[in-house]
Formats: sequence, C-alpha cells, structure tokens
Amino acid sequence: MVQETFWEDVEVGAEIPSLVKNPTPQQLVRWAGASGDFYQIHYDKDFALGNNLPGIIVHGALKSTWLGQMLGDWVGVNGKIKKYGCGYRGMDVPGDTLTCRGTVTKKYVEDDEHLVELEIWIENGEGKKTTPGQAVVALPSKG
Amino acid sequence: MSEDSIITEEMRQVVGVESEPSIYEIEKEPIRRWAEAIGDSNPLYHDEEYAKKCGYDSIIAPPGFVAQYAFPVKIGKSFRRLETPLKRNLNGGNDYEFFKPVQAGDTLSATTKLAELYEREGRLGKMLFQIAETTFKNQNGEVVARARYTGISY
Repeated sequence: MVQETFWEDVEVGAEIPSLVKNPTPQQLVRWAGASGDFYQIHYDKDFALGNNLPGIIVHGALKSTWLGQMLGDWVGVNGKIKKYGCGYRGMDVPGDTLTCRGTVTKKYVEDDEHLVELEIWIENGEGKKTTPGQAVVALPSKG
Repeated sequence: MSEDSIITEEMRQVVGVESEPSIYEIEKEPIRRWAEAIGDSNPLYHDEEYAKKCGYDSIIAPPGFVAQYAFPVKIGKSFRRLETPLKRNLNGGNDYEFFKPVQAGDTLSATTKLAELYEREGRLGKMLFQIAETTFKNQNGEVVARARYTGISY
C-alpha cells in the first residue's frame, strides 16, 4: 500500500514496511507474458528438472521488481527511487513465502535532495537472504 | 593476462562499444498488465486521472518495467552476449538507476554496451562475468534510466 514518508521521520537502522509475496506457477506465467521473458525454467517443470533445477524457479528480474514495489510503496507519490539493485544468490521456488525487506543505512542531503540509503533483500520461508541488494531514494522534506 | 584466460583480445575489443538503438513505445495497457502480474495496485500505474493529479501526463511505468518489458527486445538492437567456451549461464543481478519518470505515451530508445568483462576462479571452476549496460532515452533525448545486468557464465 502506498504511503507518505517524510525524510525527517526516517531513522538510520529503522526497518521499512515489508512486502510479502506467495508466488504461484500461474503468477510466474503471467509475469512471463507481461515481461516477455519466456525462458522455460520458469514454467516448464520437465525443462527445469533437465537443467538440474529442483523444479520451476522464480525469475530473478521478477524478484527485483518486487523490491522496486516495496520501495515505491514506501517512498510514496512524492518520493523517488533514485537507484536500486540486487544480486541473485539463491533460487526461490513457487509455493514458498518470500518477504521483501529493507533497513535504512544512511540519510543525507545532496544537491537539495533529501536522500536515504537502504539495504534491501528478499528472504525465503526459512529466513535465508536469497536476493540481497541496496537502494537510494529521495523523500519529500517537511522543511 | 594469464595463460589459461578465456578472455581473448577479440572479446576485449567489444567492451565499451555501444549498440544500435531499439525504439519502442510505452503504452498504458502493458503497464497495467505488468502491475497486475506482480500484484502492484499502486494507482500511479493504473489510474490515469490519479496520475494526472500527481503531476504526470498519464500513468507512469513501474521501476522494473522500463528495463524488462518484452525482454530481450528492449536492449540495444545489435547487442549480443559474447560466445564463450562456457556452456552454463546465470543471471547474477540487476541494477537500475532512474533519472526521469517514464510515462505512457513516451517513446524510448535503448542502447546497450558490454561495460565490463572479467573472470574469476570460483567454486564451480572458471567463471566469466559480463556486465551489460543499457541506457534508455526518451523522445526528447533525455536519459531516463540506466540498467546494468550481470551475466555469469561457468
């Protein structure tokens, strides 16, 4: 859910609201269609097993998109995502519960912009960080 | 360069060479379909009236949309991953930088270059890292976004 976050209210070390996802095979197919990424390891179980995978796996880029959704919800309509990125360190599979999370690591003002740096990640149902990343956002100021 | 390097002089010459541009239009319906597929109900991606009230001309593209929609078309036209003796490939990561909002009605051009090329000895043997960087410009020639993709071959 989109909210309004002001730079002054953010504290280093604080966690931002998390975003929970329960991907299904159907969702992977929908996203394959929406993005145009039709690599078969994301919807064809036999193909995935033939590639030494445990079954179909969640698209890395879909996971990065969910991290962008979490950031977009947090910064609100008056905030801006300046940059973000993540690495794909572990595979995620449909049926698991994936949680997007983030903590504030730094806040500062630069060129009149009120900026916040975050460590962001996705963790799987066992709490393992499969998709670690970082972000820089600009927030509206009360000043 | 060590004797067993898999990076050839030919491969090195490709680093930094910008591809031909791909040109494409940003349209409302694909944005909405994308947002629905990921489960994002942010009205900026769905509701044109709402987006206009927020100061935009139309609905805007969600962060991942610009760089991913209709992959692999939406990279520079002539860009190709390097052929290597390594057979398996992994998506190592994605990094995005955003400079201007992308709105429905915009026409983007994307050019891609191999920005970095290096190898490492990993758990799985020799690994080759190809960092592809795509720059997106709108119809006014403004750079709206940049995306880096880390391809790992092993």
